[in-house]
Amino acid sequence: MDYALALVVFALAVAFIVLGPLRRPAQVEDPDATRRQALEAAKEAKYREIRDAELDHRMGKLSDDDFRTTDGELRAQAIEILRELDRLGPEEAADRR
Amino acid sequence: MTGAVGSACLVIGLLTAIYATIAAVVGAVTGRRELVTSARRAVYCLAGLLTIAMVMLESAYLRSDFSYKLVAQNSSTDTPTFYKFTAMWSSQEGSLLLWVFLLSVYSSVVLLLTRRRLREIVPWATAVLGAVATFFLSLMVIFGQEPFARLASPPAQGNGLEPLLRHPAMMIHPPMLYSGYVGFSIPFAFAIGALIVRRTDADWIRSTRRFALIAWTFLGTGILLGALWSYSELGWGGYWGWDAVENAALIPWLLGTAFLHSVMVQEKRGMLKRWNASLIVATFTAALLGTFLVRSGVLSSIHAFGASTLGVPFLVFIGVVVCASVALIVSRLDSLRSEARLDSLLSREAFFLLNNLVLIALAVVIFWGTFFPIISEAVTGTKESVGPPFFDRVTVPLALVLVGLSGIGPLLTWRRVTAGTLRRGFLLPLAVAGVTLTVLLVFSDASRSLPSLAMFTLIAFVLAVVTQEVARGTSARRMIAGESWPGAFASLVTRNRRRYGGYLVHAGISVLFLGVAASSAFHTQRDVRLMPGQSTKVGAYTVTYRRPTGGIRNDRAGTGAPISLGAVLDFRKGNQHWTMRPSRNYYAATDGSGGAIGRFFSGESLSEIDVRWGLTRDVWTAITQPNLSKLSGPIRIANAKFGNAPAAQGLIVAALVARYVNYPVPIGFRMIVSPMIAWIWIGGAVVMLGALTALWPSPEARRRRATSLASARLGRELSRA
Amino acid sequence: MDPARKRKVRLVVALSAAVLLAGALVWTSFGEATQAKSPSQVLRAMPGRSYQVTGKVVPGSISRSGGLLHFRVRDRNGSASLPVVYTGVVPDPFRDGREVIVTGRMRGGSFVGERDSLVTKCPSKFQSQPGGKTL
Repeated sequence: MDYALALVVFALAVAFIVLGPLRRPAQVEDPDATRRQALEAAKEAKYREIRDAELDHRMGKLSDDDFRTTDGELRAQAIEILRELDRLGPEEAADRR
Repeated sequence: MTGAVGSACLVIGLLTAIYATIAAVVGAVTGRRELVTSARRAVYCLAGLLTIAMVMLESAYLRSDFSYKLVAQNSSTDTPTFYKFTAMWSSQEGSLLLWVFLLSVYSSVVLLLTRRRLREIVPWATAVLGAVATFFLSLMVIFGQEPFARLASPPAQGNGLEPLLRHPAMMIHPPMLYSGYVGFSIPFAFAIGALIVRRTDADWIRSTRRFALIAWTFLGTGILLGALWSYSELGWGGYWGWDAVENAALIPWLLGTAFLHSVMVQEKRGMLKRWNASLIVATFTAALLGTFLVRSGVLSSIHAFGASTLGVPFLVFIGVVVCASVALIVSRLDSLRSEARLDSLLSREAFFLLNNLVLIALAVVIFWGTFFPIISEAVTGTKESVGPPFFDRVTVPLALVLVGLSGIGPLLTWRRVTAGTLRRGFLLPLAVAGVTLTVLLVFSDASRSLPSLAMFTLIAFVLAVVTQEVARGTSARRMIAGESWPGAFASLVTRNRRRYGGYLVHAGISVLFLGVAASSAFHTQRDVRLMPGQSTKVGAYTVTYRRPTGGIRNDRAGTGAPISLGAVLDFRKGNQHWTMRPSRNYYAATDGSGGAIGRFFSGESLSEIDVRWGLTRDVWTAITQPNLSKLSGPIRIANAKFGNAPAAQGLIVAALVARYVNYPVPIGFRMIVSPMIAWIWIGGAVVMLGALTALWPSPEARRRRATSLASARLGRELSRA
Repeated sequence: MDPARKRKVRLVVALSAAVLLAGALVWTSFGEATQAKSPSQVLRAMPGRSYQVTGKVVPGSISRSGGLLHFRVRDRNGSASLPVVYTGVVPDPFRDGREVIVTGRMRGGSFVGERDSLVTKCPSKFQSQPGGKTL
């Protein structure tokens, strides 16, 4: 008896929580959200790479020539990412997190 | 009531997991985001349900409710409370519940953190995690591994927790191991998702990197805890026996280590995509295999140690995982093409690849040796097995190469390394290694063991590299920011957590290998039988057996043993002098053997090791050959006279223990002096510290500041261009 | 050497190394392996060879004299039993009726176990306990 009661209670609780989103109308989303997030993550990673290269250079692991080449390439790639982000347009407040 | 609620949680949990899987797939295919949200909430519900189930089961244990089969089999009223709590996962069914509980919690966390990101991948990842949870839950609900099974006639007293498991390390070991296994399912699920939607750039790696690292840390800690338990609890004095269950946990850890390195190559240069996809599948499969091996009896099948009913479902599940993953990778080969090529063999990418190859080779040889009974039977028809000598022989060379690589890696840069960099980087560490080698050759007898000598030299090299990198980095920061030495060091590490955390891990691994090499090659062991008053020599120590000891309910380790019979040993070397007290704990027999009094002496009897820890050496002692022969007569008399007087039994047992102390007999001891063995555990702690450093999130503010600075700089260039 | 050729050379070298190492692995493993047998199989097998015997300890057969452990081991599903003489560490779970593995060879009428090679299976489903493995 306990068992059946517990089954029913849990089933109802789960159903309530899980079916909630289905009853609400579908939210309108920024279609570019995915792309923007991916670009943001790539931008952060690229900045880290630029800093890493600078540290390597200061530590003497990267020669001046190598550093100039690498740094230039990385910055160019970063600029590309920033350009793409700009192209996507300003973020909507609702989607910022 | 407890059982009813618990079982209901499991049944509803299974349905919830199935729903989560289906809703996520439908949501992914149709693009209906509300279904994906619903699936995510289902995972949260699953975590909640399983938490309730765990609480229910624990409450049954803590109440010593023997109407539950598991509690009756694994606990007793005289099991100490800590072990009552941890006994929950010492059984097959309980450990399955723990596994899927951890899976649901970790899945909930990762889905919470990625709910607004990776929108194409997350639905499929949710489905994969839901499917894995479904499998484990079905083992409990459908395949009969019911944690809340009840007994028709509950016994008055339970069996008690298996005495060998009454050790703190052994009880934390399963949650650590399972956190490791479960942890690897997260990057696996995201990899599958990324493959399905063909978004195979580094995004899925970046989002799951921390989970992979956390899983790796837990798994490694679990393995070390198992080794620590073996050393401080079992009577043989070793920490690693190349046993099938030890290897089963080591293999996924090795593959996970390879994965952590090769994903860096994909992040930096877009290479090794196929490699990483295959590697995470292999790691997760190995984790499943590890979970399966310990409980299936399949490997011990040459010895056929009671195979359980779980073997077939597990194998089928693993087969499905492997086949589906391989099919998926093959069908997506085109989107897994590398974005760049290996420019030079002298580059960080090349060495990471080399490191991967060595780690995979290690995993393969250990796998080969572990499964050799099955392999040999397939090939020659007779079951043959290989032992520690084989494993030592094949793994030592690979381990040496691995340690060497861990020192070279940090000295290299991406793309290619110039001769100047090489010279500047290698000069000092090579010099340190050379000096170390010379000193060892001249001033010690380390050349007795050439592999150890090589390992010590390589360790010196690695530690020199790490020190050099830290020193140079700190001085570079001082140049940039003008900080003091300590300040520069702190800001260096906090701004480059991944790099310096990684270096710390390498240093820790080296220290660990230092302990392994020194203690394996240079330990002294004596097995000897002594009467009180007799002495012997172990290494440089003179050991005298002073007298036997006996106690009732006062075992030092707090395991709840009724009787402890031990010995007092005096150790002397020059001016040093100390006492050691190994003993044996006796637990009452639960099968009725031995008689009313004798059962206290004829149940499980376990060694309680005494270890004197030290930075330069450990001294380990155990009673390996106890001798109760003089008691067998008195026990027979006691059984006959006092078998029906339960009130007097305590007194009689105490009298027998006193008799043991007063009429000593020769006892067999084992004594081991192991140089530097404590450094294994110290090295492990350093590895954990390094992993923690690499995991620690950079503060948001600092990142945003750096972002705005960098983007301002770039913006200036943009306008100039 | 142009890059494509360089890559091909590297691949060939890598594959050859892999084949060599795999060969070494197979050679070492088959060379060092011990055959696993049940007590009845050992009784029928060639004497003088080293075997790994698996079986259950016959209740009541355990006795100790000096530093030696004597017991009988029988087939898991059968009654054929083998007398064993063993020196070395005896794992804690070793008792009547437990499943054990011991490596050694037949000498005279007894199976002489190698030092520290006795392994006893823990009665519950988890791991087996190594008796004594010298490092």
